[in-house]
Amino acid sequence: MYVYLPIAEISVNVFVILAMGTGVGFLSGLFGVGGGFLMTPLLIFAGIQPAVAVGTEASKIVASSVSGVFAHWRRGNVDVKMGLVLLVGGFIGSSIGVWLFGLLRSIGQIDLVIRIAYVIFLGIVGGLMLMETARTALRARRKAPSRKLHQHTFLHGLPFKVRFRRSKLYISALLPLFVGFAVGVLAAIMGVGGGFIMVPAMIYLLGMPTSVVIGTSLFQILFVTANVTFLQALHNQTVDIVLGLFLVLGGVVGAQLGVLYGTKLRADWMRALLGTLVIVVGAKLFFDLVATPDDMFTLAASARSS
Amino acid sequence: MARLALLALAMMALGQMAPGTPARAEPLVADLSSHLIAITTGFTGADVLVFGATDGEGDVAVIVRGPEREEIVRRKERMGGIWIHGQSFRFRRIPAFYAVATSKPLAELAAPPVLARHQIGLENLRLDAGGREGDPDYKTFAEALVRLKQSEQLFPESTGKVQFLGNQLFRASVGFPANVPVGTYLVEVFLLRNGEVVGAQSAPLVISKIGLGADIFLFAHRDAPIYGAIAILMALVAGSSAAYLFRKV
Repeated sequence: MYVYLPIAEISVNVFVILAMGTGVGFLSGLFGVGGGFLMTPLLIFAGIQPAVAVGTEASKIVASSVSGVFAHWRRGNVDVKMGLVLLVGGFIGSSIGVWLFGLLRSIGQIDLVIRIAYVIFLGIVGGLMLMETARTALRARRKAPSRKLHQHTFLHGLPFKVRFRRSKLYISALLPLFVGFAVGVLAAIMGVGGGFIMVPAMIYLLGMPTSVVIGTSLFQILFVTANVTFLQALHNQTVDIVLGLFLVLGGVVGAQLGVLYGTKLRADWMRALLGTLVIVVGAKLFFDLVATPDDMFTLAASARSS
Repeated sequence: MARLALLALAMMALGQMAPGTPARAEPLVADLSSHLIAITTGFTGADVLVFGATDGEGDVAVIVRGPEREEIVRRKERMGGIWIHGQSFRFRRIPAFYAVATSKPLAELAAPPVLARHQIGLENLRLDAGGREGDPDYKTFAEALVRLKQSEQLFPESTGKVQFLGNQLFRASVGFPANVPVGTYLVEVFLLRNGEVVGAQSAPLVISKIGLGADIFLFAHRDAPIYGAIAILMALVAGSSAAYLFRKV
């Protein structure tokens, strides 16, 4: 069954989109990842313009993170003060990101930038996942060397120190502000929540306790992706609500299945599988960038009418 | 029958004449079978019939031009191993669609300067690059523009056929592909005798999208802030209701 996507301006097979949404949702439920970094490339492979894939995926992340925020909020797993500082950075970052997105689009380079950003990030994320799997396999045999819990680096000498009671931290506000900013830029340009960057940054860079990391990052992701959705719709008209609805539909079903099977599958094997998948998707994007194109010329109607 | 139709068309033409002009039969009258093409979700293309009558023997050329816009042609260049968009040309006032139908092959119709003046035929279409026509790369980019438009079926490669019924009534069918851009089109009909244009008439043709998809597209572009707010609201509602439906009981 084909349905016409009004903003992407192409007809797509509903079942293909639903299957993609379910598949990525399944992995989200299994690993607790947002899945934006897989969904956007899949949409590009399905023939949707990268710009529309990014804008629409942001709206889908709003839908998939809202229930998580409520759940963590009720359990008190959100460090609101930290979340707000991250959010300020996130708003600035995503607003600049959407502006940059529009600028790159007008000079015809946005598709290229999105693809390159994905090649880099999928390479890093996939590589880290496979390394983690290998390390777990090794650790099973030999005990890991103990690491110092808290190290003082130049990061702790930065000004504007603030006490974050919930996270039991006394650090410079510039740190979470910067983390939020970086993730905001990525959210705008890549259509990801940025959890895969933010969670490690919160644990290793900020030193937050893991109990509040997920809730606080979801809190930041919800509002930043909402901001991205709004700004993309406002400046670039790249949010397709029909496509978004199908992605959400597939995503929630997939996520439920993922949570259900998560306990029955061997986590390390699944992580290796996901890591491989991420690498394959990144490699395909990379190949498209380096392969000699069929046609050396492209045609685009200028946004400015003559 | 043909004469009756001719009479009716001639009277229509007379009625359109401005008062004060001396009553004289128009050399050419023409009209379209439809002045509106509605693109719905299942649109697979459409044909429009251009028909009319002349006041005697002659040749007819029909030109269909889509709304004009600026087209950017970019060339991919290899940089550090990857292909990126390099040099580009902006072509101004390029019709989104351009099709020609003639009663005779172009070469037999008129001399090249006449065809060029009226932009009859794809090779006579003016490709205004904003003063860069002298650039050594202009030709390559202009050819790429036409080729890309042809591959999108928006510049049909073959010249259509204008058929004469007798020597005064004519008809031509113009096909529009499924991906035809929306906007106001102009259908021009030229009457040529001995290689000179002796009469011309034009008629507008509107192509527009209708249905839910079109409404959403218009809404997203006209009321972008409200559309954005609704997109967020829908995501919030869809996300929370899904979580509610799947909650553990």
